Amino acid sequence: MEQIYLDYAATTPVVPEVVDAVTDCLKKDFGNPSSMHRLGIQAEKRIKEARKQVSDLLRADPEEIIFTSGGTESNNMAILGTAHDKKRSGMHCITTAIEHPSVLNTFAHLEKQGYEVTYLPVDPNGIISLESFRNALREDTILVSIMHVNNEIGSVQPIGQIGSILNGLKFRPVFHVDGVQSFGKLPLYPEEWGIDLVSLSGHKIHAPKGIGALYRKRGVRLQPILFGGGQQGGIRSGTENITGIVGMGAGADWIAQKHRENSRYLYELKDKLVSGIRDAFPDAMINGDLENGAPHILNVGFPGLRGEILLHALEEKGVYVSTGSACSSREKKISHVLKALGLDDRTAEGSIRISLSYLTTPEEIEAFLPILTRSVKKIGMFIRR
Amino acid sequence: MERVILIRYGEIYLKGQNRPYFERMLLDNIKKALADIPGIRVSKSQGRFYAENYENETAVIRALTHVFGIVSVSPAYKVEKDFETLVRYSEKIMENLLSHLQGKDVLTFKVESRRADKNFPMDSLSICREMGGRLLDRFPDLKVDVHHPDVILNIEVREFGYLYHEVIPCAGGMPVGTNGKAALLLSGGIDSPVAGYMIAKRGVALTAVHFHSFPYTSDRSKEKVIDLCGLLTRYCGPIRLHVVPFTRIQQELYEKCPDNQLTVLMRRYMMKIAEAIARSEEAVALITGESIGQVASQTIESLAVTNDAVSMPVFRPLIGFDKVDIMNIAKNIGTYETSILPFEDCCTVFTPKHPVTHPKLDRILLSEKRINGEELMREAIENVEKIQIGKEEWK
Repeated sequence: MEQIYLDYAATTPVVPEVVDAVTDCLKKDFGNPSSMHRLGIQAEKRIKEARKQVSDLLRADPEEIIFTSGGTESNNMAILGTAHDKKRSGMHCITTAIEHPSVLNTFAHLEKQGYEVTYLPVDPNGIISLESFRNALREDTILVSIMHVNNEIGSVQPIGQIGSILNGLKFRPVFHVDGVQSFGKLPLYPEEWGIDLVSLSGHKIHAPKGIGALYRKRGVRLQPILFGGGQQGGIRSGTENITGIVGMGAGADWIAQKHRENSRYLYELKDKLVSGIRDAFPDAMINGDLENGAPHILNVGFPGLRGEILLHALEEKGVYVSTGSACSSREKKISHVLKALGLDDRTAEGSIRISLSYLTTPEEIEAFLPILTRSVKKIGMFIRR
Repeated sequence: MERVILIRYGEIYLKGQNRPYFERMLLDNIKKALADIPGIRVSKSQGRFYAENYENETAVIRALTHVFGIVSVSPAYKVEKDFETLVRYSEKIMENLLSHLQGKDVLTFKVESRRADKNFPMDSLSICREMGGRLLDRFPDLKVDVHHPDVILNIEVREFGYLYHEVIPCAGGMPVGTNGKAALLLSGGIDSPVAGYMIAKRGVALTAVHFHSFPYTSDRSKEKVIDLCGLLTRYCGPIRLHVVPFTRIQQELYEKCPDNQLTVLMRRYMMKIAEAIARSEEAVALITGESIGQVASQTIESLAVTNDAVSMPVFRPLIGFDKVDIMNIAKNIGTYETSILPFEDCCTVFTPKHPVTHPKLDRILLSEKRINGEELMREAIENVEKIQIGKEEWK
């Protein structure tokens, strides 16, 4: 059975170019980058190259990249590191209701330590209002953390405008952006947009799991959350994961190349997908912002169905998607993102996320549509009475 | 000197003429449970077993505590049977215990002995007395207390001398395989693994049946059942798990039968399929985790209607248990943590909002005929996925 993988927002396969880079590194560069001898210097060189590959995509300087274990660590480092550093200036932070759990739970931890956090609501498209953002700002606001692309619905936040608003402030809070989903798919230029910190993840850009990065604008202070040998400028101790780092660099290169070749590619695929779904199911709800949403994430609700059953039915046909609500006989677990959109339970429960990458082909979308149609119809025959 | 583990068994003493058979089965099961311990030897002598020649004593003991039929085990010194040697090792045991005295300044003890070898020059009473005296002379922190001692030092004089102070209680019950085989309906919840454990403890080998409703339940829930079976094999030996594709039967029932009867009808079909699988596996009974009144399908009327579906005896060892009691056993045998992993089932589609709690058999039988049950069951049984859990089929 042929597989159609449409869950790239969950994770991506490592592409051959990255496998080669990683394998080469595993074979040759076992040195500890901190060693004073030649082998250490060679390893350090590989890291420098990877830093450049990643920073190029952000139009940043290589020195502004810190490698971490992944998006979760980057988010933790940015939020905790800023909050601890700025404690004397204030203890108020602003974020949104639809952030990734690695942001929301980090803020929940800070709240227990006495910090105050404002969670901005989103409109039905999944976007915050600049006005409510302005109103939330206070003199003691030390940190603003707003994701670029939402992982479940693909809505894109106006981070450039937020950056300009912040630039006009007398006491400027630190601006962190969770860029895990947008990196490599949408332009993301922190310097130009007034962003101080950006979280990135390797496995969303066809690099291995267990590697990520944090862009830190030159001069922005952070308290470390890991302590040790003082690697990476003391901000992230621990011997560098050099194979992961090389993989992330190669992944960034690969995705930049794809984006350069055809920056409309993902949009075209998504359009094809949306019109196919609309034709077959006039009742289907597109959750989130279809007009200005990210090109690779589509969240669709089939009211009355159970997303998880649909997921498994598609799985049976070799199609892999994901769902925002785990279905359980005992309790309903609807995703906080779909809830924040104000969706009714029936639509939220019947929602699936389809996500694409540069590996997705138009042929796959064409093959997927009839499978989706058949599965939805079949499941629709058996819904709880 | 050698370290050995004394293995005691209890109830199989009662079995008269069959005793050698039960002992053989137990020895066999012990050997299987210890198959991963390199070099280990297990032998039988005078109504008990000895495990010898191992390095990791803790691992051996842990494995033995799970074998049904063993009442208790004691790690012991096996030494030459002359009194001075016995003294030397008694001192060694006491010295070790005294070095681990936590907070207390004296240790009370008592010596118990048994002399199976009547050629040994001292009788058991004088062994106790002499040994007690020698230990008191040697260790000023020791005190005798014959009623509530902290430690009982056991000395047995048989073909060798054995010294030990620990009696570690084990699972008890009877050797698995000595009482035939039964098929366990395993759902993935808390109850059914406990039910399987309890029946296996009576010497019954298990085969397991799980009903899978893909896409309404995910493959992860199947993995969970496989994990639960793996946990049970520590006690019950290898288990063959039968995963029955059940979706079509549920869909047919849903389309053709009254809503409020769906659960009872489903239960009846599960029992029938389990019975057929049991027959093919040479099992002679079914086991379920049902307990009266726990859910709508477990009122006694529902149980009666479910029970009517099969002719095999159905064992329900939890029938009179409260949920908390069942949960406690599950925690003790180590299945609880796996059982409570989130139920990935969307079976609520086929769960009526208002199930009958007092079903009438005649009406259920009428509904049951609305679907082509025989054909659907045959199809389900043909497509059973068999998964062998544990190394080999238990005898």
